[in-house]
Amino acid sequence: MTAAIETRGLVKRFGATRALDGLDLTVRTGEVHGFLGPNGAGKSTTLRVLLGLLRANGGAATLLGGDPWRDAVALHRRLAYVPGEVSLWPNLSGGETIDLLGALRGGLDERRRAELLERFDLDPTKRCRAYSKGNRQKVALVAALACDVELYLLDEPTSGLDPLMEAVFQDVVRELRAQGRTVLLSSHILAEVEALCDRVTIIRAGRAVESGTFAQLRHLTRTAIAVDTARPLAALSGVHDLRVDGCHAAFAVDADALAGVLRQLAEHDVRALTSTPPTLEQLFLRHYGSEADGRVAAARAAA
Amino acid sequence: MAALLRLALRRDRLRLPAYALGVAGLWGAMLAMEAASPYAALADETRIFATTPAVRIFGLASGVGAGANMAIRGGFVVSILAALISALTVVRHTRQSEESGRSELLGARRHASLAVALLVATGANVALAAALTAAGVAAGQPLPGALTAGAAIGALGTVFAGVAAVTAQLASTARGASGLAAAAFGAAFLVTGAGNVLGSADPTGTRVTAAWPAWLTPLGWSQNTRPFGGDDWRPLLLSVATFAVLTAAAFALEARRDAGAGVLPVRRGPARGSVAGPFGLAWRLQRGALLAWGLASAGFGLVFGAIAGQVTDGSAASARWYERMGGSTEIAGAYRAAMVQMAGMAVAVYAVQVLLRMRDERLELVLSAAVSRARWVGAQLASAGLGAVAILVAFGACMGLTGGGPLELVGASLVQLAGVLALGAVVPLAFALVPRRAAAVAWAALLAAILLGPMFGGATFRLPERLQDLSPFTHVPKAPAVAVSAAPVAALLVAAALVTLTGVAVLRRRDLAGEI
Repeated sequence: MTAAIETRGLVKRFGATRALDGLDLTVRTGEVHGFLGPNGAGKSTTLRVLLGLLRANGGAATLLGGDPWRDAVALHRRLAYVPGEVSLWPNLSGGETIDLLGALRGGLDERRRAELLERFDLDPTKRCRAYSKGNRQKVALVAALACDVELYLLDEPTSGLDPLMEAVFQDVVRELRAQGRTVLLSSHILAEVEALCDRVTIIRAGRAVESGTFAQLRHLTRTAIAVDTARPLAALSGVHDLRVDGCHAAFAVDADALAGVLRQLAEHDVRALTSTPPTLEQLFLRHYGSEADGRVAAARAAA
Repeated sequence: MAALLRLALRRDRLRLPAYALGVAGLWGAMLAMEAASPYAALADETRIFATTPAVRIFGLASGVGAGANMAIRGGFVVSILAALISALTVVRHTRQSEESGRSELLGARRHASLAVALLVATGANVALAAALTAAGVAAGQPLPGALTAGAAIGALGTVFAGVAAVTAQLASTARGASGLAAAAFGAAFLVTGAGNVLGSADPTGTRVTAAWPAWLTPLGWSQNTRPFGGDDWRPLLLSVATFAVLTAAAFALEARRDAGAGVLPVRRGPARGSVAGPFGLAWRLQRGALLAWGLASAGFGLVFGAIAGQVTDGSAASARWYERMGGSTEIAGAYRAAMVQMAGMAVAVYAVQVLLRMRDERLELVLSAAVSRARWVGAQLASAGLGAVAILVAFGACMGLTGGGPLELVGASLVQLAGVLALGAVVPLAFALVPRRAAAVAWAALLAAILLGPMFGGATFRLPERLQDLSPFTHVPKAPAVAVSAAPVAALLVAAALVTLTGVAVLRRRDLAGEI
């Protein structure tokens, strides 16, 4: 399988800070790739390097077989981008903005434009200054997704969207995958990436610390479970941080131990059970240390 | 409320004092300069103000004197500043806070922001009136006149604070509210001007009595106080009453509307766009500014054309000034060339202003599409250049309409484009080299070019030629008084192209994202 995006040892410095510190990222053609990391990890910087807006200080990057800096204009005809901070022209209406961005990218699919406006429930006659953050996000999304291109670069595209619209967005991305398009989806929400992505790269302090399918990353995830049982729990094996209070128990469980734990619980007559997927922050805290010692974490991950 | 007031004062602690001192300083300097003129020159000027109908638009002649003359010429400028800054201050503390969500954050009670905004704006106008009075006295003018002038300007500003208090309720955006207030000022200016034009001059030709339309507007009331020429404070009672009515109306409207919404419905935009490329976008974004500048330059063209006939019998001092700036001893031609050059400098201000929109936070969105940086810069320049052409044509045609020779004047105005482009090219270069200081660099270059150019460096300060030569405006042929030669125009255009290409070359090498 060919790679739509390939970076090796990418370095980007802003003054003394190294925003990208030897980043390796491979996005295969036709996959939806999650690009996961906390705020400030270097996700947006990576996308801007891939778009030729920033020039890398070191390493190599290939985008759709071209050089993102040198071949920027030609490559941009083949991709669509949604920036993390969507800022639009206050005087233009949503419809005008969508058509403008479409025209700048080399045309958009009329039928798809109408369909997406409908699905995202967006009023195109409002001026951009009157849109809420979520609606500005929708304008940028419709403008990008209505383009008939090979690659979609989406930087935290669901920030500001309500859950209903998030669901619409996920449907659209699945359709794109079915059509064989490539999507790079940056996010700091683990559940979102898990729901959509074939493979994921986790970035931390400018380096990739994990990369693979979710099945391969299972060992990283630990689900928090709270359970009410008919009979008090005496003991439970294979769990972490167990707290028992009569018929109520709360604990965390590694993904690969989940099946065994559920079997044990069943014997105690489960009345109610809530499971909370781990947040990215918890995952980072557990596996790579706190925000402050990012360097140590990166070194440990590299070792 | 007290806390809100403290916050508002803190936000404006530099802005408003700087504005009051700046305006008062300008006023004092203009008065002092005017007072240095000999009596004969002052009388000439007063007669022009009184007996030229077109010039009466700017104010009401009230007799011969430096103060009375300056109440027209300077009073006009200071009035615009006082009205607009007052209106903007009120909008800033009301609609703009509401729009940005600041007022929600503060959770202030209904009406508190409006009351604070009006207090701040009124206080600023009282301070301005005091500063103007002090400046007038410092410039050697009699106290009663200086005080009347200060009060008249302060009263005008206060009324427009009231106007903005109402427009901030009507419009749902800060821009809309400011725009409505500015439109109200424009309307007041036109109605007052019409009243003055339709008025009558006394037999000495130095004092005008305005016709009734001038009594319909706050600007007319302020002018009819006749600073340094009668000092009648009674018209300001109308201003105070109007401010009270507007304030009451604003509070009543605010009580009826939802937070965040305006009384007027939000205007919808088109569902489909016709803006296709970077040029279309730049053109579309400058549309509002272009319209305002086009109308203003057409208006000034009409007025400058109308008074062209008066210049020939002006004072010897002004004739020499025109000769030096206009580059000809033939006074009518020199005057026309001088006015066209002034238009050129004004259009350079426009070009720089429009080109500075390059510092666009949405740039990432444009350049992530199939648009090269060179094409984007080219689109900005083309759109600003075309806008400059439109303004220059409007000016030349309108000046020719009232002063004769429209085609010749359009041609002469277009020659100015060479200077405009040479300065405009500084913007992409500054944007490429020092993005965060691009505005400061571009404005400094423009200011230097104007100060070293023919109007100040040449005609007024008479600087050494080597210094004057640094300004592009010095090299623009003084059309229509002097025949246009191709060499300097070509040199300016080549310089503009070289500066632009350097800018593009630098821009293509640097990072371009985020905060730009």
